[in-house]
Amino acid sequence: MEYLQIYGKMLLIRRFEQRVAELQRAGEVPGFTHLYWGQEAIATGVCHWLTEDDYVVSTHRGHGHCLAKGADAGRMLAEIMGREDGYCRGRGGSMHVADFSCGMLGANGIVGGSLPISTGAALACKLAGDGKITVAFFGDGAVEEGVFHESLNLASLWSLPLLFVCENNQWAISVPVGRRQAGGGAVALAAAHGISACAVDGNDAVAVVEAAGEMVMSARQGKPGLLNCQTIRWGGHHSAQPTRAYRTEEDCTRGEAACPIARLGKRLVADGEATEEQLQAVRAEADRAIDAAQRFAQSSPLPRAETVTDYVYYEGSAE
Amino acid sequence: MGQITYAAALNRALAEAMREDPKVVVLGEDIGALGGIFTVTQGLLEEFGPARVFETPLSEACYVGCGTGLALCGWRPVVELMFTDFLMVAMDQVCNQAAKLRYMTGGQAKLPMTLRAPIGARNSAAAQHSQSPQAWFAHTPGLRVVMPATPADALGLLASAIECDDPVLVLEHKSHYGDKGPVPEGRHRVPLGKAEVKRSGKDVTIVGCSRMTLLALEAAEQLAAEGIEAEVVDLRSLNPLDREAIVGSVSRTRRAVVVDEGVLDFGITAEIAALVHGELFDELLAPVVRVGAVHAPIPFSPPLERAAVPQVADIVAAVRRCLGKKPADI
Repeated sequence: MEYLQIYGKMLLIRRFEQRVAELQRAGEVPGFTHLYWGQEAIATGVCHWLTEDDYVVSTHRGHGHCLAKGADAGRMLAEIMGREDGYCRGRGGSMHVADFSCGMLGANGIVGGSLPISTGAALACKLAGDGKITVAFFGDGAVEEGVFHESLNLASLWSLPLLFVCENNQWAISVPVGRRQAGGGAVALAAAHGISACAVDGNDAVAVVEAAGEMVMSARQGKPGLLNCQTIRWGGHHSAQPTRAYRTEEDCTRGEAACPIARLGKRLVADGEATEEQLQAVRAEADRAIDAAQRFAQSSPLPRAETVTDYVYYEGSAE
Repeated sequence: MGQITYAAALNRALAEAMREDPKVVVLGEDIGALGGIFTVTQGLLEEFGPARVFETPLSEACYVGCGTGLALCGWRPVVELMFTDFLMVAMDQVCNQAAKLRYMTGGQAKLPMTLRAPIGARNSAAAQHSQSPQAWFAHTPGLRVVMPATPADALGLLASAIECDDPVLVLEHKSHYGDKGPVPEGRHRVPLGKAEVKRSGKDVTIVGCSRMTLLALEAAEQLAAEGIEAEVVDLRSLNPLDREAIVGSVSRTRRAVVVDEGVLDFGITAEIAALVHGELFDELLAPVVRVGAVHAPIPFSPPLERAAVPQVADIVAAVRRCLGKKPADI
């Protein structure tokens, strides 16, 4: 039953991203979107272990983390469409979606930018002393940023309840990880900072759930960890970017062949944990939820131009 | 009123805030046993312990971001940067993250973080320990910037900064830490965004902040001997900027000299000159005269260091120019 719910959440993320892509093609989504399709097992498998009180920080490819942490698809879609009822009232968009009410402290437009912030959220958890933790999602590109190393050091030094989750989708825009990183990658770097780390097949939801469960438990005891999830970026860096110039057709289709949702579905049926009909019902439910989210988002007004400077400062704090 | 140093006033603001509000914590390099290289955090570790006073590794970007994360989660961190020059290592965390988070999240984020950092050319600290880059930060929406000139303002502004629910950058002048001045005994607050007329006069307004306020006061004293009555407006805050106080003073004196220790080009003085020209063009008896640092990094050798940033004589000369006096008249 547990895995059927996980299947449902992954499917919700997939359908959400598909709808974002459709709406973008129809001209209803301004700017760029970095889609999370193909990586759903990671956000879902890790957030499975989190409560509403735990914190999560995310990246430019953050829709999946928001939904997995419990954000509402309608308010997210409204944000991505630049509407007033979006989580950030249209001020943030796809790269800055946040839902503080469920502990989702924000996607981030700067690679690695949320990692230092995650150390502060984790220190807050530690000071509160109530077993809360912080999870920092980031991509393989962030491993090259200085703040990654600084954040690992601080987390280790101060025994922060912080779980680093690297989503290694192999690409930073057009350059594969092997042409960007020397040394042993995120796991070896974590070990160098005294942080226990493990690698997992990020396209295998069951493997992610099992590995994340242990690391979340350790983090709750003040032992930071790093989970390195191998996955595959399905499309371009952002939804409108062609990949032909740098990536073979074969490499692009490799992701779909390893689809984590199809894989989990097959396994559930094979293990007798779910029937094909049950999976069908979950798919239909995800479709309904995304239809409702779209109706909500499309009925939301655009922000009024005269409100452009609202929310720069905390109201009345310095007047 | 007792006389205490600027550093002691800042220290008092921190200790009082930490006693009043258990959510106030401090972070920074060498702020524990040493008490900070300028002694501002002395005694805090002893009084409040290591769960309130966090000595950080040499990771400016990380510990500024750590402050941001703490603030987002309900704490009220005060982060010390050893020099404002080192804040540049953390520029992404200050300007891309902390300053913008409230806006980017549509008002969800509340970010009561105070950043403290010393500015100013002093003691041949050279180009990477002496800058006054306040214009960069005042240019950043979402970030409050204050610059106390006296011990009383240091106490009052830092106390207000810690209570503010926005990120506030408190730029402290290195030359001032040892300066003594009168400080009120009890609770003292200087509201953000309120300038102060530190000397009244009718002939010309000198607008400045931080150390330049003190130099302007010295200049005004010299000018008084020549029969020139200069009014000195200490901005105290750059964001919020007290436009009313500036315009109010210049509308009385009808002449203005604006002084800043930052590089003159594209700096604070240009902003204030534009404000004054825009509001009072018809009433002005002369164009606003600006005084600022030269277009060069801060040099090491003492005569060069003095030549790089405004001195009292530069302010006096600027006032004379503003009053239409040619060098031959002087």
